[in-house]
Amino acid sequence: MSTEYHGRPEGMSLVSFLLSELKPKGSLLTPFNMISFPIMVVGFVLIVIRFAYGLGSVTNLSQEFPWGIWVAFDVITGVAFAGGAYIITFAVYVMGKEKYHPIVRATVLNGFLAYLFYAIALTLDLGRPWHIINPIIGNSFGYNSILFLVSWHFLLYMTSELVEFSPAIAQWLNMPRLQKVLEKITLITVIFGVTLSTLHQSGVGALFLLAKSKIHPLWYTEFIPVLFLISSVFSGISMIILEGSISHKVFRDQIDPTKHHDFDTMILHLGRGASVTLFLYFFLKVVAFIHGHHWHYIGTGWFNWYLVEMLGFVAFPCYLYAKAYKESNVRIAQFAAVISLIGIVLNRLNISLISFNWNIPAVYIPTGYEFIVTFTVLFAEIWAFRWGVNRFPVLRGDSH
Amino acid sequence: MKRRDFFLSLGGISAALASGKKAYAEPKKVTKENATEFLGVLCDVSRCIGCRACEVACAKANKLEYMPQPSRDHALEKHRKTSFEQRTVVNRYKTSKGIVYAKSQCMHCWQPACAAACLTNAMEKHQEGPVTWDGDKCMGCRYCMVACPFEIPKYEYESNNPRVQKCTMCWERVEKGKEPACVAACPVNALQFGLRSTIMETARARIYAHPDKYVHQIYGEKEVGGTSWVYISPVPFKEIGFRDDLGDTPYPEYTTGFLYGVPVVFLVGPTLLLGLHQLSKRNGEPYPSEPLDVSATSPKQLEASSDKKEADKR
Repeated sequence: MSTEYHGRPEGMSLVSFLLSELKPKGSLLTPFNMISFPIMVVGFVLIVIRFAYGLGSVTNLSQEFPWGIWVAFDVITGVAFAGGAYIITFAVYVMGKEKYHPIVRATVLNGFLAYLFYAIALTLDLGRPWHIINPIIGNSFGYNSILFLVSWHFLLYMTSELVEFSPAIAQWLNMPRLQKVLEKITLITVIFGVTLSTLHQSGVGALFLLAKSKIHPLWYTEFIPVLFLISSVFSGISMIILEGSISHKVFRDQIDPTKHHDFDTMILHLGRGASVTLFLYFFLKVVAFIHGHHWHYIGTGWFNWYLVEMLGFVAFPCYLYAKAYKESNVRIAQFAAVISLIGIVLNRLNISLISFNWNIPAVYIPTGYEFIVTFTVLFAEIWAFRWGVNRFPVLRGDSH
Repeated sequence: MKRRDFFLSLGGISAALASGKKAYAEPKKVTKENATEFLGVLCDVSRCIGCRACEVACAKANKLEYMPQPSRDHALEKHRKTSFEQRTVVNRYKTSKGIVYAKSQCMHCWQPACAAACLTNAMEKHQEGPVTWDGDKCMGCRYCMVACPFEIPKYEYESNNPRVQKCTMCWERVEKGKEPACVAACPVNALQFGLRSTIMETARARIYAHPDKYVHQIYGEKEVGGTSWVYISPVPFKEIGFRDDLGDTPYPEYTTGFLYGVPVVFLVGPTLLLGLHQLSKRNGEPYPSEPLDVSATSPKQLEASSDKKEADKR
């Protein structure tokens, strides 16, 4: 495949082009497909069972643990992972940091798909999904609910990401005039999207403000919204580094060889940003700890676990990113990205599952089925991303 | 049965027989127009004899599938929680003052966390007091269950059309001016239904009259901002399964700060971002140096720029 991008050929009808694009490109029998496809088939069967017999037939959810990994990982953690799109669009379109322009489309596409598939994951978790439009069509607005806010922002932000990405779709369909129009509204959409993101990234954290009696005090603080927002910055950056590094390996043939070095520089610069936000995050966590008068927890098992998260997965990647920048070592930055992403998983799960209901004997251990469905959603997203990268001008040629 | 319990139950039954109605419970009809405060129930734990008539009445009144069998099912032997098939349960506690029975159900908070959590208004606090669930609105997200500090909303995990089950304070009966089924069924007047001010008065009066019999606390007076159901007890509430660490702040207040911030962010955010964009634009594009720098405003800058030109010429 060449690095030049060609969309719909001149003269080819839209319908026949779309039909031709539906066909798979490249071999179907790749190792990734061979692993992911069977899992997705099983996952699909599980989803059918779940809708036929209720959540209890597939999950280990209980009256004490109403939210399992479908919410805690797929949605709560996923939203933080998808933070990259608003960081990069902010840097490029608002701050004019043109050096990050080459990764905008990949990041936005990834962000959009992430939100789309997390919304699907959420639907699987809803007991009465046929009422999902209730908070949208207006027959019952729960204005005073954080979840109302978050769901609206989810919807609006998905739309803005689609608009941000739409010039690439227009280019794919070879509609230059439409593309021009869509490019014109990019800035205003980005501004709207960034504002929405700050609110729903923090809003996802604010959801847990109501669970005061259930979350361990080491994790419950009134700063949760701020902490979620700041951690979404380094989480988003780390995801860009990880996803970009993998994309650059898998889709290497689509990228202009002269740009390979640029990407490495970009990783280091992004890593520097992550290091700063990680430091700020660490500092705020310490403030929250002191502010909450939590000294008496020192020495307890929970405190040790808290230390693991704080030192191993906040302070450590902060140091690693700084080291990577200083030594211009991309490998270390990639390692730091993985560590901080694990840290995000740990933090979000600590708040929503692990330290949740710490004061009662009941525990929640997800079933294997829940993991399979989670992987199904994840793989489906990767399939969609791959489909997009292979068709839209995301990495190739003039992707501006 | 203890001697005291026996007399109490005897008294309760005879009072009920004699008057045909409750000795204490005399709820005024509260309509939307005259409702300045809500209705509630006082549960006097010291009076409860653990007969579980309330459980049976609840199951009957709400047509619940599970019917407790107080004489046969030995349910008191372990501590139970309300479930998706039982909206109220009575538990037996071994306390510092011997056996004490305590009923639990939804507390019907003044400002319920579940209603603040609900994004479809399916959980609703009625002006009259009861907090109810509406299946036509609920989308089954279970955020109410995450939020409720008393862990009351229960979910039908085994159903493909799951409902959230909780005590409704018999809203359908209360609407018609009747008292909740459990209150009506209690043979010993452990439960008293009425305006919250009335039941609070009764509660205080009992504590004043028998200062040794009760702990001097009314559970639900201040807890989480106050609840419709209030309790008085002969033993500290912790001994009979109540949490004493919930605080007095109404739960919705934990999120109001964030919610108030939203419109502010929506106003300030875009303005700030547009401003940043304009600033970065100026910085990003170099000033034109040829011909004269028009953006230079001070005379010194003008001089400097023309000097530079002359130097270039030379």
